[in-house]
Amino acid sequence: MLQISLWKRVLIIAVCLLGMAMAAPNLFYNRVEGHNDALLALERTGALSTEQVAARDAWPGWLPSGLVNLGLDLRGGAHLLAEVHVTEVYKARMDALWPAARAALAAERATIGAIRRVASPEDELRIQIGNPSEIARAVEIARTLATPVVTLTGVGQNDIEVSGEGDTLTIRLSEAERAATDDRTMQQSLEIVRRRVDAAGTREPTIMRQGQDRILIQVPGIGSAAELKALIGTTAKLTFHPVVGRAGDANAVAGAGNIVLPAQDQNDGYYILDQVPVVSGDELTDARPDTDQNGYPAVSFRFNPTGARAFGDYTAANIGSPFAIVLDNEVISAPVIQSHIPGGSGIITGRFTVQEATDLALLLRAGALPAGMTFLEERTIGPELGADSIEAGRIAAIVGLTAVVAFMVLSYGLFGAFAAAALLINIALVFGVMSMIGGTLTLPGIAGIVLTIGMAVDANVLVFERIREELKHAKGPARAIELGYQKAMSAIVDANVTTFLTATILFVLGAGPVRGFAVTLLIGILTSVFTAIWVTRLMVVLWFARRRPKQIEL
Amino acid sequence: MAFRLKLVPEVTHFDFFRHQVLTFGFSVAMVIASIVLVLTMGLNFGIDFRGGTTIRTESTQPLDVGLYRDTLQPLNLGDVSITEVFDPNFDADQHVGMIRIQAQEGDEAVTPETLSAIEAALQVVDPSVKFVSTESVGPKVSGELIWTAIWSVLAATGAILVYIWLRFEWQFSIGAVAALVHDVVVTVGIFALFQIRFDLTIIAALLTILGYSINDTVIVFDRLRENLVKYKSMPLREVMNLSVNETLARTVMTSGTTLIALIALLVLGGDVIRGFVFAMTWGVIIGTYSSVFVAKNIVLFLGVNRDKKTEDPSAKFFTEKVENADN
Repeated sequence: MLQISLWKRVLIIAVCLLGMAMAAPNLFYNRVEGHNDALLALERTGALSTEQVAARDAWPGWLPSGLVNLGLDLRGGAHLLAEVHVTEVYKARMDALWPAARAALAAERATIGAIRRVASPEDELRIQIGNPSEIARAVEIARTLATPVVTLTGVGQNDIEVSGEGDTLTIRLSEAERAATDDRTMQQSLEIVRRRVDAAGTREPTIMRQGQDRILIQVPGIGSAAELKALIGTTAKLTFHPVVGRAGDANAVAGAGNIVLPAQDQNDGYYILDQVPVVSGDELTDARPDTDQNGYPAVSFRFNPTGARAFGDYTAANIGSPFAIVLDNEVISAPVIQSHIPGGSGIITGRFTVQEATDLALLLRAGALPAGMTFLEERTIGPELGADSIEAGRIAAIVGLTAVVAFMVLSYGLFGAFAAAALLINIALVFGVMSMIGGTLTLPGIAGIVLTIGMAVDANVLVFERIREELKHAKGPARAIELGYQKAMSAIVDANVTTFLTATILFVLGAGPVRGFAVTLLIGILTSVFTAIWVTRLMVVLWFARRRPKQIEL
Repeated sequence: MAFRLKLVPEVTHFDFFRHQVLTFGFSVAMVIASIVLVLTMGLNFGIDFRGGTTIRTESTQPLDVGLYRDTLQPLNLGDVSITEVFDPNFDADQHVGMIRIQAQEGDEAVTPETLSAIEAALQVVDPSVKFVSTESVGPKVSGELIWTAIWSVLAATGAILVYIWLRFEWQFSIGAVAALVHDVVVTVGIFALFQIRFDLTIIAALLTILGYSINDTVIVFDRLRENLVKYKSMPLREVMNLSVNETLARTVMTSGTTLIALIALLVLGGDVIRGFVFAMTWGVIIGTYSSVFVAKNIVLFLGVNRDKKTEDPSAKFFTEKVENADN
């Protein structure tokens, strides 16, 4: 009859207690957060300040300390969706291929004639040959430069495709190589964005790839998206070039193999530089803010052994000539080499503020982005707005909860009180599960919880109404309760499965706050079915076993 | 007998088909009116779907829309709309404004220069102004978001169609989905009528309405299936009436508790999610209405093949499970 086996009782009670224990830290949000931050700081730096020690000890270590993450709309922060220009890398690849192609073709100058690179779309390399009748031979030579692509999908394909038409040889990356390159570009970009954001020292940033060529960046607690953009939007490509000469305008004739770049240190000035850098920022091992001999902010750096050798050799051979330091296609400064610099370390001076020098050092340490980015979407939410939203949500939830509890008790008496108690446990379970899985609570998520408050009693209502009906057929109260639960089951399952389906779709297709809503709704459905079917039932069974009422009022 | 609040009497014998022409006609009229409204007035799409930038300002001075407009005029931002936001939760000296700027050229959401120019210009005329949130969506993303939204509503409807078809019969499935389409279209119509901002969260609300409304419909259907087996010779129409009457108390109770919670949120939850909560509140009302007056009418119209056993294929499974649990 009306019985639940002992181990099931224990299990139900254990789940409830566990859920409540997991949810409990959220009641002391600030204290627990301070505790967690202090532990994280200890892990990273190995030392704690006295305040951090106090923060750590404010919450006992043996208690659960999982918290519900607050979404950006509640905590405040910045959100960016960036698109990486993956095709920029193709151009770099083509430029890098040109010297090899030139060398290979030049070896057969006798048959194919003089060669020169001609203008082409950015993702192609076009070479004109002097002897058009030998184009087939040129294609053959160029093909020897190809290497097989090593990816799962690109088996059997080479990294470049070569074709010849008339007197022009066209080299471009193959589909497989493009896909592989894109993937590598994205991995690198993600890694570098992550390093830069981490270096800025903010809490729990979310950095993830989205789709083919996009990166989603969410940083709580940062003042504005513009700040975040300044941090991650800079390519920070540092190169050191020999200076060929100076020019008055950007259209100056640079000569073969040279480039004209604007100078940051003099207005309207331009430098003509050798296109091939002596050494680049990839070879840096360290960079930190510093001051130059005049006390102005500067950035000091150190090369790895390869970079140090190239740098040392070049400075030894070119004492007395200027040397340009180029950052993102702009000459920061072009000091004259005073002496041989053997140690591989140096200093970049320019017109920096202290902040700029600090940022540049950070960017150089984190490395250059392989390609530029465009920001497709950005959102900044101020912390005050988030705090207001939390407060409003809390009040609404409490008022809603109280009203629903009153309504249930008025409608179903003692059974209504059981349902109300189950509702409270249900909310604790939602928070407990969210804390355990590290779910994120957003403003629509709060709405989801409030909605769950309203809907969670549905399963109970179905059961209670059914019990009322069964009581009318004059069966004993125990039988009526049992039948009530049994017959209401199929309706409860169908109703919740359909809601679960739509919530799942919302989770899969939604983004940001909407996904937060879907998560609370999904968890809410599961916990409300659990509490309605098991928790209230356990209460009813326990009550029934104690009182053994001859008839029940519902 | 202790006091019990009863919104619905113990036993009811309403004839839900008596004014069939009127109620069903009303629904059809509302759907048509909604479609006409959406086509003629259009929806007030938020930046999620249209691209552009919104800036939420907060100031201790009363918001002077004209002054703000004149300040932003020289910046050549294109279409700029400025509205004041009211909410009972605001303090007396809390004046909140919403500035919306159309999408600028290119893929980019907004340039930092444009933003700082706007902020600087406004700070000159109103030194106490704070920019509490700034959101910007580029035209490329907004185009994709529209499709994601449409897909998600279609996918949810499709999933429900299939589930109901598997659990019940195809007539039920058609009836349930017709009710859903009715709910969604009428809700969108309300958004067109009042020109409430329509953004991604509203899509989330629409999907929740789908879930809620189907919930109500399924419970009526579930009882209908049970009664069809129980009263084999009763006309379909009467079995339907009986089923709706039997589940009426539950329908009203659940809608009641959900509405209580939602209304608390609508009034006290702040203006940021008001549109979202409004859509859900309206959806619960219309969803309850449609499960009583729309879904079953369509099933009646289509007819149910009662020779075949309309028994819940999984009822046995669940019953067994329950009995086991009682041991």
